[in-house]
Amino acid sequence: MSDNKAKRILWVFRQAPYGNSLSREALDFALAAGVFDQDVGMVFIGDGVWQLLNRQDSRAIAFKNHQKLLSALSLYDITDIYVDQVAITDRQIVPHQLSLKAHIVSDTEITQLFESADVLLNF
Amino acid sequence: MKFSILVLGSPYSNQSVNTALRFAKAVVASEHSLYRVFFYHDAVQCGNALVTPPQDDVDIPAEWQQISETDTAELIVCIASALKRGVLDTTEAERYEKDSSNLADEFIISGLGQMVDATIHSDRVITFGP
Repeated sequence: MSDNKAKRILWVFRQAPYGNSLSREALDFALAAGVFDQDVGMVFIGDGVWQLLNRQDSRAIAFKNHQKLLSALSLYDITDIYVDQVAITDRQIVPHQLSLKAHIVSDTEITQLFESADVLLNF
Repeated sequence: MKFSILVLGSPYSNQSVNTALRFAKAVVASEHSLYRVFFYHDAVQCGNALVTPPQDDVDIPAEWQQISETDTAELIVCIASALKRGVLDTTEAERYEKDSSNLADEFIISGLGQMVDATIHSDRVITFGP
């Protein structure tokens, strides 16, 4: 929960990293919030879990590498990261394929995350 | 209650922009207030003065301008999203040595910090689109 100074802002990533620049711009936004010392959390659900896959190589499509952008999160002290357990299981992704240290959470826990946030931002 | 709106969709492509507009009008018409509208991602085209809709269609930039005129709400266009999509004010046009600028009146080009600030200072933040 938030204190008086910082708000708990939860970014919800729902889309795959390529094919659309929305995920990248959402990430830029989260990094900006990190600079402003807000309590930033991130949850990856549905197709959004593809963003966390390691060994991304986007050179062939001339699109910035999303994994590299994500790796900047720790520099901004954003470590509060959650992944939807059902989404990764459905997509046959196993935890060691994730490029970031993230908490794997159930539907119930995701609901709790949503409830405890002051602001939800959906991308 | 203070509201801020984050608009992501492309005008004339996504219904979400029209929905955001209607929501903004409802806020302005109510006892609540609109603190800031932030145009991000494809929504920066809402601030393009060269948008020329057919007569029987909504003039989206003009509708937003009206909201800003009737309320104190700021219309902020994200600089990073806008420049790469060809929406520039005179300052940016000069900086990048472009022949012309096209940011519509009432809109302001600024950074993501403005949206972070809106998130901190509003009671509610509503995202529309894409």
